[in-house]
Amino acid sequence: MEFSMKPAQLKIKYLTPGVAVLILLAFNGFVFLALRFLYGLGYVTNLDLQHPWGIWIAIDVASGVALAAGGFTSAALGHIIYKEDYKIILRPALLTAMLGYTFVAFAVFIDLGRYYYIWHPLIYWNGTSPLFEVGMCVMIYATVLYIEFLPVVAERFIGKVNFKGIFSFLNKPVDSLLRTLNRGLRKTMFIFIIAGVVLSTLHQSSLGTLMVIAGEKMHPLWQTPILPLLFLLSAIAVGFPMVIFESLIAARSFKLKPEMEVLSGLGRMVGPLLGIYLAFKIGDMAIRGTYVYLTEVNTQSVMFMIEVIVGVIIPLRMFFSEKVLRSKLWLFVASTLVIIGVLLNRINDFLVAYSPPYAFQSYFPSIGEISVTIGFISVLVLLYRAFVMIFPVISLPDKKLITQAKYAVRGGAK
Amino acid sequence: MATQNRRDFLKTATFLSASALSIPTTHAKASEPEALNENRMGVLVDTTVCIGCRNCEAACKEAHNLPMETSFNINNRDIFKLKRRPDETSLTVVNEYPNPKNKLLPTDVKVQCMHCDHPACVSACIVGAFTKHKNGAVTWDGSKCIGCRYCMVACPFQIPAFEYNKAIQPRIMKCDFCFERQSENKLPACVEICPTEALTFGKRKDLLEIARDRIKRRPERYINYIYGEHEVGGTSWLYLAGQKFSNLDFPVLGTEPAPGVTESIQHGIFAYFIPPIALYALLGGVMWINRRKNSEEEK
Repeated sequence: MEFSMKPAQLKIKYLTPGVAVLILLAFNGFVFLALRFLYGLGYVTNLDLQHPWGIWIAIDVASGVALAAGGFTSAALGHIIYKEDYKIILRPALLTAMLGYTFVAFAVFIDLGRYYYIWHPLIYWNGTSPLFEVGMCVMIYATVLYIEFLPVVAERFIGKVNFKGIFSFLNKPVDSLLRTLNRGLRKTMFIFIIAGVVLSTLHQSSLGTLMVIAGEKMHPLWQTPILPLLFLLSAIAVGFPMVIFESLIAARSFKLKPEMEVLSGLGRMVGPLLGIYLAFKIGDMAIRGTYVYLTEVNTQSVMFMIEVIVGVIIPLRMFFSEKVLRSKLWLFVASTLVIIGVLLNRINDFLVAYSPPYAFQSYFPSIGEISVTIGFISVLVLLYRAFVMIFPVISLPDKKLITQAKYAVRGGAK
Repeated sequence: MATQNRRDFLKTATFLSASALSIPTTHAKASEPEALNENRMGVLVDTTVCIGCRNCEAACKEAHNLPMETSFNINNRDIFKLKRRPDETSLTVVNEYPNPKNKLLPTDVKVQCMHCDHPACVSACIVGAFTKHKNGAVTWDGSKCIGCRYCMVACPFQIPAFEYNKAIQPRIMKCDFCFERQSENKLPACVEICPTEALTFGKRKDLLEIARDRIKRRPERYINYIYGEHEVGGTSWLYLAGQKFSNLDFPVLGTEPAPGVTESIQHGIFAYFIPPIALYALLGGVMWINRRKNSEEEK
């Protein structure tokens, strides 16, 4: 089956009604972003002295990193465990991770009071700070992702570099640069692939360490010394559902036939991964005795229940059902639930669980904060669409090989 | 990727592990905080003596060149109707609470940075912009700060304030224990101006003795507790009170240093970079074995 698939540029129309809506949303976000840079964070956000972090950190950064986990889980599956059947998901997952981390970096940039000092962690080190580690790992990992994407760029442009007019003298040097890079990377790529996986496990977990220092300010339902482990396990569990989710949406949007065999295979792995995450979450709860807080009815306990039941237990059951794994719709629903679960977990961890001691009012994101977050997501989707049209990312059936594939089917082996 | 052969893999892997082994030595020096100075200073706040005159608030604003709004009037006692917190324009504030022992003598509590012995802000700051000094002061360095506000998340007393309404160079504002004045051998501005000697400046260890002595002499006046002696591993500012501290809006905190288990987790994950390198080697091994298996199958 996989012999017939080959990454290719998609030949589709860029502008559709949906794309137009996304452009509007992106523009709306940019307006608020401009206000933030002109008048300061206080002008656009609902942040205050009690609530220093809002949805730009909880959703754009923390959830963004978690939902880009498809990049390193699929790299581990495809390159390290070396399952060739899953080759076709590697490039789309890599592209999502690359764009995702770029946007995480942007989200951090706009949230920093002194954004123009974003490079300071490179020279002022503080080894005790988990934020320092997250920052460094994200920076290095984003670079690794760009390097991993280079061969795709090379594949697209080697021999086809064609600058027009006064830039035409660049054609030759750029072409030979691409060739040199491509040749060098062919031999060394595994260094970057392993580094990418190691860096991901490091910062996915350290993202969980971030809120441990808030100590008594965190609700005990979430405050636990194993937060880093829970963050890592949930990131690993959400990786494949994110790949499935994207593949199904992309197939629908680009009018392609989804590779159900590959996606069901991925889905089969999600159940056990979610199970491990749930076991640690419940085990931790039992050991620390925090289930007593579930008897109180308040925002925290309700949000915790939604997070665990809707986001973990229900999809866990679904991913163990053969019917779900074989159905496009149910696989999509189950994957969406896992994504919602991890998203909720990050929001709960950074915002809902955080109850500052002297808050006069609780935090709710402002229109500006929501607009910027939605704008960011819109730009992300728009860029993804542009990238799959420019670069060979999504695998399409290769016409030359289809006949061979047919014989293979007749042979009965695959 | 598929074209990469085994020899390349081995060649590069050998080079890589050789260079990886040389990394740990350069990063091995763990950033152990300087040992706490035995003679570090502190302030003992006796809330039973404070009369809520708020001269300290005015002196603090003057010493730090902070804006004095036209509405700022230390004689206006209506301000006590609301509980206030230190913010970007007032590094210290006084709040008033009813006194169950004597209705005519309310309890006034001055609030400012506690200058922890093991500060969460120092541990958390991404660029190390906070410093715990020999004299006990915890100060912020504006030339390093990137404005991420993680110190505000970390602080157990919710003290650091941020200038949200500045588009350029917003600062983290908090009491700096009058670090500059102290280096000129002057008292902190609030201590100097306090008319009732509710604030006592001295070596922390001496202050603890004074506090214990006061409790011993006047057990009817004080509850037998010095807030800040053990909270989050001890603070430079210490408080005495005639009623329970939780009634005075002091957070109930443990005796573990404020950074809590965070530093142990960090040092566990990064113990001389061994766990990441071990993981790297493990993954490399898995990759190599699986590739070999795969290429053998193809043959």
